[in-house]
Amino acid sequence: MIEILKAMAARIDKEKDFLTELDNEIADGDHGINMAKGFNAVVPKIEAMAGKDIGSLLKTTGMTLVSTVGGSAGPLYGTAFMKAGAALKDKMEIDANDLIAAVDAAIGGIQMRGKAVEGEKTMLDAICPAHKAFKAAIEAGEDVKAALGKAVEAAQAGVEYTKTIKATKGRASYIGDRSIGHQDPGATSATYMYEEFLANI
Amino acid sequence: MVGIVIVSHSQRLAEGVVELAKMMASDAHIVAAGGLEDGTPGTSFEKISNAVEEVYSEDGVGVLMDMGSAVMTTEMVIEAMEDKKIVMLDGPVVEGGIVAALEASMGTPLDELQSKVDEARETKKLDL
Repeated sequence: MIEILKAMAARIDKEKDFLTELDNEIADGDHGINMAKGFNAVVPKIEAMAGKDIGSLLKTTGMTLVSTVGGSAGPLYGTAFMKAGAALKDKMEIDANDLIAAVDAAIGGIQMRGKAVEGEKTMLDAICPAHKAFKAAIEAGEDVKAALGKAVEAAQAGVEYTKTIKATKGRASYIGDRSIGHQDPGATSATYMYEEFLANI
Repeated sequence: MVGIVIVSHSQRLAEGVVELAKMMASDAHIVAAGGLEDGTPGTSFEKISNAVEEVYSEDGVGVLMDMGSAVMTTEMVIEAMEDKKIVMLDGPVVEGGIVAALEASMGTPLDELQSKVDEARETKKLDL
């Protein structure tokens, strides 16, 4: 799990200029820089936690994001990781059902914190379809890796979908219809996390 | 006296609201929690926590926020300080901040501040 989180951090750092550019087009242009700052602060914290349970790792990740990101992604991703961590408390390894429970908790956390639902041009438009695809694949008997592959495809399709809708949540909602045509930065960063999860499992 | 915290993405905006409020209520316990630690725009969990601690008393603290992460981060600070009496106030940051500081300095209790801030929101500046 430490390696997966580090891979997510490296990807966010690599894409920070692109994420900031996306955010600049429709909102306040801080997503990439903020996320990179947050995840780069996560890396040394989790590296020092070798041997600790997955729940604690995710909780530390979430708390670090809350205190370092500085934009909406901080409380949103922070709450998501903290809720996922609580769902995986004391687990040293996880199976498909644990992962489903963790992401259920994470989505619940994002919805509670952001008071958002799908279709408002947010990170939920990548995470929710990805999670549905993952659950459906597991129920159909596929293994975790294959199911994560389906999740990544659904998240990527979710990002494309955000180009077609207008933002009704967050700073981008201030520009209304002019947000149509632009992909959502939060959905994009969430998709990177799914991609890195798949690539490093 | 109820303490007041002004949370904004901008450090200068939060400090400016405190400056204006102190013109009306120089003895108010009002502090700014604007921007990130280095002064760049954003909202800081630590700055908000420290600001709440700074003006906290048993009378509690009212917090006024601008938008987005200012609201969400304040929520998380309050959850982390669950044993403390802290209330988020919904309203215009400038006018609401002035009214909240003034009322707090006159001894208005925390549970009555929201209705005072509502009055600030409803007060028309122009006859339109």
